[in-house]
Amino acid sequence: MEAKIAIAIDDLTVAYNYKPVLWDIDLQIPEGVLMAIVGPNGAGKSTLLKSILDIIKPLAGSVTVYGKPYKKQRDLVAYVPQKGSVDWDFPTTALDVVMMGTYGALGWIKRPGSAQKKQALEALEKVGMLSFQNRQISQLSGGQQQRIFLARALVQNAAIYFMDEPFQGVDATTEKAIIQILKELRKAGKTVIVVHHDLQTVPEYFDWVTFLNVKKIATGPVADIFNDDNLTKTYGINYKASIAEGTL
Amino acid sequence: MTSAQLEIQMILSLVAVACAIPGVFLVLRKMALISDAISHSILPGIVLGFFITQDLASPLLILMATLTGVLTVVLVEYIQKTGLVKEDTAIGLVFPSLFSLGVILIARNAGDVHLDVDAVLLGEVAFAPFDRWTYQGIDLGPKSLWMIGSILLVSISLLFLFFKELKIATFDAGLAASLGFTPVGIHYGLMTVSSVTTVGAFDAIGAILVVAFMIVPAACVYLLTNNLKKMLIYAALLSVLASITGYWIAHFLDASIAGTIATVLGLVFFIIYLFAPNKGYISQWYKTKQQKVEVAMLVFMLHLANHDEEKERNKNHLQEHINWSPRLAKKVLKLAFQNNMIVEQHHIISLTKKGVDFTNKALSYISDNKNSELEGMKQNFFLFRG
Repeated sequence: MEAKIAIAIDDLTVAYNYKPVLWDIDLQIPEGVLMAIVGPNGAGKSTLLKSILDIIKPLAGSVTVYGKPYKKQRDLVAYVPQKGSVDWDFPTTALDVVMMGTYGALGWIKRPGSAQKKQALEALEKVGMLSFQNRQISQLSGGQQQRIFLARALVQNAAIYFMDEPFQGVDATTEKAIIQILKELRKAGKTVIVVHHDLQTVPEYFDWVTFLNVKKIATGPVADIFNDDNLTKTYGINYKASIAEGTL
Repeated sequence: MTSAQLEIQMILSLVAVACAIPGVFLVLRKMALISDAISHSILPGIVLGFFITQDLASPLLILMATLTGVLTVVLVEYIQKTGLVKEDTAIGLVFPSLFSLGVILIARNAGDVHLDVDAVLLGEVAFAPFDRWTYQGIDLGPKSLWMIGSILLVSISLLFLFFKELKIATFDAGLAASLGFTPVGIHYGLMTVSSVTTVGAFDAIGAILVVAFMIVPAACVYLLTNNLKKMLIYAALLSVLASITGYWIAHFLDASIAGTIATVLGLVFFIIYLFAPNKGYISQWYKTKQQKVEVAMLVFMLHLANHDEEKERNKNHLQEHINWSPRLAKKVLKLAFQNNMIVEQHHIISLTKKGVDFTNKALSYISDNKNSELEGMKQNFFLFRG
């Protein structure tokens, strides 16, 4: 049985100051996969997410979400940016950050009320952070901050989840907890797409993988394509040495 | 108090609140310098507008000067985007050029217009009550009061309508963009409000001091609260208070009103910087000092856990064994006793059950950074608060 296509990317080229960061990407992501995007630094992994999410305008090509442009499908998509992309000294609490996940459904001007607060509290409970709801966000550990970000995405109750390096700078317990939640999302039929850099955990965590290095190298089930051949094509011949050195 | 004095204080208070609101967001967005740039580079806009209208409170002048302010931001961002210079350099390139253009325009036409460089730099709020609006012979009050009042009304309405959007775009522009809240639009909206406010405040307090009114209150309250709404309210209150205090000090010293207010704001910041409860200098200094003692206590407790032999645990020989000054050793012992971590028997010190527990938890925290079991310990020890 052929699965539905959640995301279809067609001839996508993205450039910063006319230097291509992504080159002619064709990619179809089936519904219901838990997919890792892997590739070396500067491969364009985050850029790929941002251009799917209409944060960066591509030079050429198109992206559709369930057959329509992203702009018409915003409510189907949740996004967890890199933890380092925000200022954690911002004057706000854990609960307030999670509430931001409800802003999209609210639209312009309308304010969050008790219904939104209830959703946010439920999401906080799911990620095990309920008792931290009133904590100033700078007073949270790296792992706790990442859980807050995940809770914010859960609140959006989306069909597709994009996460940019969710395991960066988090402790082992949080990593396990996050991957557990992502697997539950997949079980519930959601599509989860994760920019990931720890190659060793790919087979354990994910069922689908895309190799990216400016161009798309390969995409498909982990069991079929996560092999030396594709790793070499993506990372160059010394990828095993690089893994051993911990630089990947 | 005369009615002119009352009017001046009202104008100053409205200016203070109008500046504090965009100021909070500028500080949170790390764009404080942009307000400096805007306040200077609107000058040519004001001068040209003044040539045309001969009226500092004219809407056309406000519009022209606001456009110059937004143009400044556009130019700075354009220069920065070329990648040839950094943002601060771009700001330094743009605003002096525009400002000096304004100065030249004033100098060339000094004979014809009622606008001089002193007024531009420091403002002339003391004369504001003389320039009044009358309608069919009825006195409606000073023009500046109406102008800054309307600007404040608009910016408060915008703040109420778009508070959520401003917050999300400031905290996480990426998420805001993915949710469709166009952070670029919000950015330019904020820049426009900042420019309009600067133009409105310019007449009263001058180009140099607008910056103080925008940045200092926000910087003060940033040290006082972790709540964005409270930040906005406190910043408004604080700047009104500083304005009225500054006004009366200037009155008795016979000094520049705007200059005195800025000085008062500076002093207020200095006091808050020193004494703010959590983020203040003294509080931080105390925290660091305590952390040092706490780390020392932990080292001491590890030492106790590792050594059964009595000579290593004798109170009077501790200094030799862990090589501490008598003062530090005394402090560490005191802290450990206070928290019931250790007991003493015939000068021999041992860990209590609580002490053993604490040492194990702290060790596992240090080795794998697991936080969950430490919540109870955070209350009493700075060490685990990150």
